[in-house]
Amino acid sequence: MPRVTIEKDRCKGCSLCVEACPQQVLEMSLDINVKGYFYARPVRAHHCIGCRVCAITCPDVAIEVAVHGTLYHYFDY
Amino acid sequence: MGKKVLMKGNEAIGEAAILAGCRAYFCYPITPQTEVAEYLARRMPEVGGTFLQGESEVAVSYMLFGAGGAGVKVFTSSSSPGISLMAEGMSYIATAELPIVLINVMRNGPGLGGILPAQADYFQATKGAGHGDYHFIVLAPSSVQEAVDLIVKSFDMAEKYSNPVMLVADGMIGQMMEPVELPTFDEPPSPYVKGHEKWATTGAKGRERNLVKTLFLNPHEGQDHNVKLQTKYKEIEANEIAFEEIDTDGDLDVLLVSFGTMARVCKTAMESLKAEGVKVGMLRPISLWPFPLQRIRDLADKTKLVVSVELSMGQMVEDVERAVQGKTPVGFFGRAGGIVPTPDEVKDGILNLMKES
Amino acid sequence: MATTVFKRPESMSTNITHYCPGCTHGIVHRLVGEVLDELGLRERAIGIAPVGCSVLCYNYFNIDFQESAHGRAPAMATGIKRTRPDTIVFTYQGDGDLASIGTNELIHAANRGERITTVFVNNAIYGMTGGQMAPTTMPGQVTTTCPMGRDVQTMGHPLRVSEMLATLKTPSYIARVAVHKPSYVIEAKRALKKAFQYQVEGRCYSLVEFLSTCPTNWAMTPSQSTKWLEDTMLPYYPLGEFKTPDEEE
Ligand SMILES: Cc1ncc(C[n+]2csc(CCOP(=O)(O)OP(=O)(O)O)c2C)c(N)n1
Ligand code: SF4
Ligand code: SF4
Ligand code: SF4
Repeated sequence: MPRVTIEKDRCKGCSLCVEACPQQVLEMSLDINVKGYFYARPVRAHHCIGCRVCAITCPDVAIEVAVHGTLYHYFDY
Repeated sequence: MGKKVLMKGNEAIGEAAILAGCRAYFCYPITPQTEVAEYLARRMPEVGGTFLQGESEVAVSYMLFGAGGAGVKVFTSSSSPGISLMAEGMSYIATAELPIVLINVMRNGPGLGGILPAQADYFQATKGAGHGDYHFIVLAPSSVQEAVDLIVKSFDMAEKYSNPVMLVADGMIGQMMEPVELPTFDEPPSPYVKGHEKWATTGAKGRERNLVKTLFLNPHEGQDHNVKLQTKYKEIEANEIAFEEIDTDGDLDVLLVSFGTMARVCKTAMESLKAEGVKVGMLRPISLWPFPLQRIRDLADKTKLVVSVELSMGQMVEDVERAVQGKTPVGFFGRAGGIVPTPDEVKDGILNLMKES
Repeated sequence: MATTVFKRPESMSTNITHYCPGCTHGIVHRLVGEVLDELGLRERAIGIAPVGCSVLCYNYFNIDFQESAHGRAPAMATGIKRTRPDTIVFTYQGDGDLASIGTNELIHAANRGERITTVFVNNAIYGMTGGQMAPTTMPGQVTTTCPMGRDVQTMGHPLRVSEMLATLKTPSYIARVAVHKPSYVIEAKRALKKAFQYQVEGRCYSLVEFLSTCPTNWAMTPSQSTKWLEDTMLPYYPLGEFKTPDEEE
């Protein structure tokens, strides 16, 4: 199963990843991180298809995506 | 020292840079130094160097920054209005402590002025044309030979102090043909600045990355950098003051202070002054920054009058006054607009000032 | 075993950027880092930082950098590349830096065919100084120095840098891309990779213009900015390759 990891304290809460995710995996939290931002976090992790779209759109390199086994991507990046 | 050849000042200036190891020259044409560019346009490719005519002196100053920041010995030549355009870059280059060398073959100003010899960029050169607390080392040759020697020396000084060096000559020296002895070296000097691996941008292979910058947003860092620069300037002031003294033994009626082409005219004027029984000596600053303040101060004790003689409306005279500290009267004789006074005019001017004082 | 399919490129440092939330400067930085990694250029690369919000961009890369004065990056890059031809030199510049104060340096570096790459971030405003009008500001767009909106009668129309440079015969590669949405980011990366690849191959000047957002000075949320870019900037600044090396010679 793909795994999306968001480094909480790098996140600036722009929510671009939340809007970009095709699987509604991510949501903005109601708590703040050390920088005082509401951060993005995976809430429906099991829906994640490892497409990397959230990471590609994150301006703060806060997101890492890992997959298990072979995963075919629909696009090269 | 090597062979003696007859060379035009501007060409000798170009050749001197090559002899000093410099293999990168960026320029923008402007009279009366364009022959430096024309000479190096032919010579640089012959020695495997870089010659590039930039789009403006502004751009040229940053080409110097870029190349200097990449650890190569780099040179440019220009004349007064061009140097004004480089002022911005000069402030950045001094802040980044890049060892670049440039020559201002000064012409008359202000504004477009004209193309005739002048020394009215003294303030610009020694007080800083650009913003902030910085100094270029400023050297003033008074012959083609001295221009050659000082250019070679400039590259060493720039490297030694990680500080830019500016030579100020004038149209007369640039255009004049004189015999020069070109220096020779047992081992040809390197085109790279010694020790550049520690700071220059060459690609971070097998080392920490290098960063050449001038922004200090943190005020303490900014102050520290300024203090560092000032400490270096103090060291330069202690080591690098250079001047020539002529007939300054014994008590004097008048001490002339003059540099470059003007000092050569003064030398001849001194002969006729002496013929009229005037005890006259001269101090010719070779380093305009650092300025020989203390030596002039000492000489002021044994002269009745000090006169600053310049191809300007009076610029170096302010430093002469600063040196003399009111101990002795200070006079000024100068010409502007590109007029180089004859020795007789200088003589009459000095005699008048002596009468007035 | 898990395979990481997306992580920070080696060419970038771990520092957190000073950019505002949602500012796409961060995306462009990452693309530069990814391309340098993928082409194996980290140890040969020299970046030139501009004056603008990205003046500190060297803090986010693990590569040699010089910091320029406002607009002069292409001249600095020229000085480096001409004297260190084996390096890979790029400038990173905003639209005030590149399209206003630095147009002379830009055009002539491009026209001489300097073997450098320009990463041009067009966010239609001066970000760092607090949102003044840029030459690229959209007609009617409100900024602090055109509080009634840019009036094209007095300030002309926005400068289309890529189209202008594409009229030059010399440059190898000129492209405009956008980074406000993932699909555009993917395309943008392709263009940037080409630009650097051409430099590696010894081809001359390449520039990639990134349409970018400035949520703070546009006074919008990041997602509103995305929409504004799409609705307002895209129609005026068409995306695409304006010049490719094949047309050369
Ligand atoms: C010679 C000079 N003039 C003006 C400035 C002030 N200044 C700093 S950044 C900037 C504008 C930057 O805007 P842009 O290039 O669009 O970059 P952004 O901040 O939007 O990324 C200005 C005018 C300066 N630093 N130097
Ligand atoms: S990898 Fe794709 S599916 Fe998974 S969280 Fe990111 S955008 Fe959503
Ligand atoms: S895109 Fe990045 S910075 Fe923005 S909310 Fe998502 S994780 Fe945070
Ligand atoms: S001011 Fe604009 S360009 Fe600058 S960091 Fe903020 S959002 Fe980005």
